[in-house]
Amino acid sequence: MSNLIDAEQLTRYYGDNCAVNQVSFSLKKGEILGFLGPNGAGKSTTMQMLCGNLAPSDGAISINGIDLLERPKEAKAELGYLPETPPVYRELTVNEYLDYCGKLHGLKRAALQKATLFAKERCGLIDVADRLIGNLSKGFQQRTGIAQAILHSPAIIVLDEPTVGLDPIQIREIRSLIRDLGNEHGIILSTHILPEVEESCTHVQIIHQGKLVLNDDIASLKSQMVASSLTLTTTKAIEPELLQAIDGVNSIETIKDCRYRIHFYKQQNPAEQLAEKIIQSGYGLKELTPEHRSMEALFVEITNEAGK
Amino acid sequence: MKVTTIAGRELRSLFLSPLAWTILGVTQLILAYLFLSQIDYYLTIQPKIAGIEGAPGVTDLVIAPLFANAAVILLLITPLLTMRLISEERRNQTLSLLFSAPLSMAEIILGKYLGIMAFMLIMIGLIVLMPLSLMAGATLDYGKLASGVIALVLLMGAFSAVGLYMSAVASQPTVAAIGSFGLLLLLWILDWAGSNSDKGSELFASLSLLHHFENLLKGLIHSADIAYYLLFIILFLTLTVRRLDNDRLQK
Repeated sequence: MSNLIDAEQLTRYYGDNCAVNQVSFSLKKGEILGFLGPNGAGKSTTMQMLCGNLAPSDGAISINGIDLLERPKEAKAELGYLPETPPVYRELTVNEYLDYCGKLHGLKRAALQKATLFAKERCGLIDVADRLIGNLSKGFQQRTGIAQAILHSPAIIVLDEPTVGLDPIQIREIRSLIRDLGNEHGIILSTHILPEVEESCTHVQIIHQGKLVLNDDIASLKSQMVASSLTLTTTKAIEPELLQAIDGVNSIETIKDCRYRIHFYKQQNPAEQLAEKIIQSGYGLKELTPEHRSMEALFVEITNEAGK
Repeated sequence: MKVTTIAGRELRSLFLSPLAWTILGVTQLILAYLFLSQIDYYLTIQPKIAGIEGAPGVTDLVIAPLFANAAVILLLITPLLTMRLISEERRNQTLSLLFSAPLSMAEIILGKYLGIMAFMLIMIGLIVLMPLSLMAGATLDYGKLASGVIALVLLMGAFSAVGLYMSAVASQPTVAAIGSFGLLLLLWILDWAGSNSDKGSELFASLSLLHHFENLLKGLIHSADIAYYLLFIILFLTLTVRRLDNDRLQK
């Protein structure tokens, strides 16, 4: 199957400042690609380039096999884009606005009605359909923006921070919407909310200072997150030498009185032997937990490494 | 099709704001006052000119001055109408909706231009109703009237094109308004400098918006005047397209 997006060596300069530096990636149908990065990393710039709002200084983009720079009209017909600020006209009602967007994409009467109804249902806008967008809350404006992006059922949906300004219930709804949409479309979403990536994406990309520092699927990323350490709490203080002798234990670090972090070599988890040993020696085992590195920790580690 | 969609929304948005209604009302009020005073003037001099062969008629003495006044008032007002066309979309970041839709830059600009022109035509239609009301008691020179209407339409086309361009250049609506007002006024008064009738002034006269407008108002439809306005409009629309394309390239 051909790729929905092929971005090659995308580069973008603002004056002398290189915002995006030779970023290449691809997106297939059914994939949800999470775009992560600290502020100012070049996420939005990359997305704007993908959607033809910004011309790359160098590189090529092909959307569903169509070159975006050479045949922009055809390529853009395959795209739905939600920028950082939802591009809504405050003086229109939701219905009027969605009709307008549909017509811009060349939808005609019956198809237009069907599409707007579908988008409104999907984004929970039925109840507010006749209200002015300017009078709606930020969350509903955001949803209207998402409705606009999925309206013409594009092959690729690009969402720039789709859950900003939404309440937790709405966030959950939008995430499940994104997962649903991911079955039939290719989706790229940018965010700096890490759990969002864990929850809704199949692939992750981390961009830092304009460079792509990680491009992986979520499963292998999760395996990286299983760390090689255990937290141990006992009732009496232990002698580290005793535990050091156990196979696989690399080092022991004291966190507080009777609380330790035990680092071990991968594939040699010594938890079982540790527990036996402590109980035998009568130190009183209170806690023994494997430590998970959070997405945050991983993110910080990767961006720090790249920064060096 | 998509061009008319954009034009339709533009026109709709204008009427959704009080601005368009206020402008229509105020313009109509001022012009009606000028129109009535012009009729008053005509009535006082009518007995004197009644006997003269080939004397100017009601069309020359009432309608032509009315249209000339209308042009000046519209010069003040057009910048207010056009200032928001692009700069406000840029401020509200709704421009990306148009940029990421399957539209060419020319279609976007043409849509915006036609939207504002539709409003201008409504305004001109309302203005023309005043002279038409004279049909009840006087014989009008329809040829001259038509020429006057053509003059107003072309002039508004030129004003709107400048306004649209300025709106694309400026980042704030007020700056766009001041910019287009300044440029229009300059082009308007350009041939005042030429009234000293030396060689260099002919160039200024032919560049001036006013000069070409006056010819048409006299009922003289000259292809050079028509071509001037059309070229003027095309020039500024092209500049606008270039300017917006630059948004995508530079920023």
